[in-house]
Amino acid sequence: MDFIGETIDSIKSIKIRQLLTQAITLGLIVTSALMIWKALICITGSESPVVVVLSESMEPGFQRGDILFLQMTKEPIRAGEIVVFSIDGREIPIVHRAIKVHERGDTKEVDVLTKGDNNDIDDIGLYAEGQLWLNRQHIMGRAVGFLPYVGWVTIIMTEKPFIKYILIGALGLLVLTSKD
Amino acid sequence: MHSFGYRANALLTFAVTILAFICAIASFSDNFSNQTPSTQIQILNINWFQKQPHGNDEVSLTLNITAGLQSLFTWNTKQVFAFVAAECETSKNALNQVSLWDAIIPEKEHAKFWIQISNKYRFLDQGHNLRGKDFNLTLHWHVMPKTGKMFADKIVMSGYRLPDAYR
Repeated sequence: MDFIGETIDSIKSIKIRQLLTQAITLGLIVTSALMIWKALICITGSESPVVVVLSESMEPGFQRGDILFLQMTKEPIRAGEIVVFSIDGREIPIVHRAIKVHERGDTKEVDVLTKGDNNDIDDIGLYAEGQLWLNRQHIMGRAVGFLPYVGWVTIIMTEKPFIKYILIGALGLLVLTSKD
Repeated sequence: MHSFGYRANALLTFAVTILAFICAIASFSDNFSNQTPSTQIQILNINWFQKQPHGNDEVSLTLNITAGLQSLFTWNTKQVFAFVAAECETSKNALNQVSLWDAIIPEKEHAKFWIQISNKYRFLDQGHNLRGKDFNLTLHWHVMPKTGKMFADKIVMSGYRLPDAYR
């Protein structure tokens, strides 16, 4: 109870100058997060350098809630690489392994077929209707690094939005009431 | 200064920093493992070799794969994904890579194996350029860590040749 009382007291004691400082602090946190994200995009060359695994199709290698670090270099796609691709008409990108690669000699155009390690069949059924191969423009990056479990935070937040609001509220309150 | 929130925050930050540090070290330690994988692949039989009605060559092979991949396993290895791909150059494509067989090796104990199998995925060309074609068989492996950087490498074996006529 003390904690809540103190919190209310400290909210009452806020003055305009203090409020401004806190607004700036909050802004700094948000902008530095944004800067880190954009810097990662520049360094890795991938438009989404970090993705969370949402499906079981790559188990036991990648489980739901694991985090993958992506990179997109000019280097050609080769069989065995784990690529992240998006399909026209599908919102969520897919992380699967390339099992077949056909690359033209002159134009370097590439046809790639993917498959999830845990799936019995290849991905042609997942592609857009009539699409037999992935091309360069479908591929958003290749997985280079791996961190287990951390992605659960985002999965829980997207599936249970009220937890997100509680968390944001609590953090906001913490920033407002801190007196550093 | 010594409020509950402050202490909780300090503890959490410290714990996360230590955890990230340990993960980074675990991943870094993979660089020091001495990897000496070995493999041998024989083509036991060309089961059939045809031109499909719509014009693509298709081959069915029986392979004899022997591999010793134990040395790829370190304490930070979750699994090793191994696959055999046929690789060749055709008049249409500078590179064709077709995975013929793959397996997930979850433990070091299963990393030394011998298997006789016909191709798991269809060995198809884009076109009909496979008659009398020399090709490589390549054993690729992809080491998936418990945490950190993924590793991949391969052993290329050349000197395989497809028959001059369909059968």
